[in-house]
Amino acid sequence: MQISTKDIIKPENLVYTKTKLLTDTPLSYCPGCGHGTANRIVMEVLDEMGVQDKTIGIAPVGCSVLAYNFMNVDMIQAAHGRAPAVATAVKRVFPDKFVFTYQGDGDLAAIGTAETIHACNRGENITIIFVNNGIYGMTGGQMAPTTLPNMKSSTSPYGRDVEIMGHPLRITELVAQLPGTYFVSRQAVHTPAAVRKAKKAVRKAFENQKLNKGLSFVEIVSNCNSGWKMTPNDSNKWMEENMFPAYPLGDIKVPKDENI
Amino acid sequence: MKELKLMKGNEAFAEGTIRAGADAYFGYPITPQSEVLEYLMAVRPYETTGMVVLQAESEIAAINMVYGGASCGKRVLTSSSSPGISLKQEGISYLAGAELPCIILNVVRGGPGLGTIQPSQSDYFQSVKGGGHGDYKCIVLAPSSVQEMYDFPKLGFELAFKYRNPVLILSDGIIGQMMEKVYLDEPTPRWSEEEVIKNSPWATTGKVVDRERNIITSLILEASIQEKHVIKLYEKYKVIEENEIRYETFQCEDAEYLFVAYGSSARICQKAVQILREKGIKAGLLRPITLLPYPKKAINDLSKQIKSIVVVEMSMGQMVEDVMLAVECKIPVNHYGRTGGVIPSPKEVADFMMQKIKGE
Ligand SMILES: Cc1ncc(C[n+]2csc(CCOP(=O)(O)OP(=O)(O)O)c2C)c(N)n1
Repeated sequence: MQISTKDIIKPENLVYTKTKLLTDTPLSYCPGCGHGTANRIVMEVLDEMGVQDKTIGIAPVGCSVLAYNFMNVDMIQAAHGRAPAVATAVKRVFPDKFVFTYQGDGDLAAIGTAETIHACNRGENITIIFVNNGIYGMTGGQMAPTTLPNMKSSTSPYGRDVEIMGHPLRITELVAQLPGTYFVSRQAVHTPAAVRKAKKAVRKAFENQKLNKGLSFVEIVSNCNSGWKMTPNDSNKWMEENMFPAYPLGDIKVPKDENI
Repeated sequence: MKELKLMKGNEAFAEGTIRAGADAYFGYPITPQSEVLEYLMAVRPYETTGMVVLQAESEIAAINMVYGGASCGKRVLTSSSSPGISLKQEGISYLAGAELPCIILNVVRGGPGLGTIQPSQSDYFQSVKGGGHGDYKCIVLAPSSVQEMYDFPKLGFELAFKYRNPVLILSDGIIGQMMEKVYLDEPTPRWSEEEVIKNSPWATTGKVVDRERNIITSLILEASIQEKHVIKLYEKYKVIEENEIRYETFQCEDAEYLFVAYGSSARICQKAVQILREKGIKAGLLRPITLLPYPKKAINDLSKQIKSIVVVEMSMGQMVEDVMLAVECKIPVNHYGRTGGVIPSPKEVADFMMQKIKGE
């Protein structure tokens, strides 16, 4: 007897379903890219917390500019880099809502550096999800503030020469120094174990917001297989070997009261 | 009973925003409008009406905060002066594209560049001919008294929400800094969350089960849909033009010579009309209150009884182009301008019209 997919998709066989906080719109991210998984864990956390009707998300300019097509919550698309300013106002006029930004490294750490640092420094009670892929994905692989030394991009075709182009900006370590940030963590989403850890950090970030603790900042180091011009597998390996030493994973700032 | 107070223009504006039921103000200091933020911080409306007042890290952040607050269907605003308004242009374009209601006050100073802190009207082109990128228009109101600085936040919010469009209040350093008596009316309460949802069903207030997601965006990648969106915006601007033109005339009934001026220049021209009338010259004044939509028809209608027009502006000549278009070049249109922060006197304006009448 031939088995069809209909026979397989039965409640007793289901080990995983897509959260209802993701729409059915196919993701526009390249196959193999970490953005899709990052989108998913943010939405899973909000679903598990049961706060869809209280959530307002801010999409950046970058590959995740269309996040509002995938994330099944009310969404605002912000100008390039300005998401933390937009989120500041949303949270201040709606203190009881869950407010988050989802931003790339060009958006958050180049054009939007001022908005990022000042929202963090004011301790806005919001959640910032920062996807660092070391490159400008959307515009075709130009150098980002996070591009590694000697790393090639379309605007550093011979590799990033730090003498001329400056050093990679570790903005996550920088915002962790500010009194306004409550919880700062760096994660990845390239393996099941990493995904579980990242999801835990995202969950903590939103729980903090619920408790009015101030700003939680979760960086997700991601691959950009298209921009890096590698296969997805190679890009993940390259990320482990090159990105992780420069951007070590783990919690960077943990609330004192939670250390005990 | 209306309360009567002596106030600075910038303070009257700030008080007007609180009494208009504003939900939030976001600003950054710059002369000659810093009193707006200073007044709000001193009065602390967040302890009475619940209005948020926040000093942003830049004008760019402030206008994007306005974008966030407006996305939530709240009555939000910002204020600045010329260099700061230049920085806000990207945000204003996004607000117009996403059809978000808000108020932006510009207390104009002389430029270009860092220019001067003295009053000017040299941001007319920026305000009515675009400013930011793309096909869009703001509604532009031009106050010429401290009373109007107080009144326009309320009017501005009404228009902004009626049309889902940013409203620019184009003032200048004289109106912002001078003191006059102001009648303060009863405060309008802030909207409750239920009222916000009812008044702005499009706003991001949190997706509940019985409605689709609300998305605020100005991104429309598909060219044909983007074109449709822009055409829809322009249909809206046409309705605004049909319904919202405001202007004031002074001694125009029998006028043979006409001043056209807005804001401070209109106040100066009003005095010049008196000087000329004392000399037997039948002068009048038309003061546009809305600079966009522009009172084209009113000027055109008047031009049938008028021999010539003098447009007075504290600029090298910007609004004069719209007056020329309005009269379809059928009568002479002259321009008298002082710039760089210099304020013309009523006498020099009257003398200029006299010279033109004599054909000098
Ligand atoms: C003001 C402005 N400048 C430049 C751009 C072009 N632009 C779009 S996306 C982008 C970079 C995005 O890179 P990143 O934030 O790292 O996100 P990714 O696409 O890699 O996820 C740039 C420069 C823009 N849209 N607006």
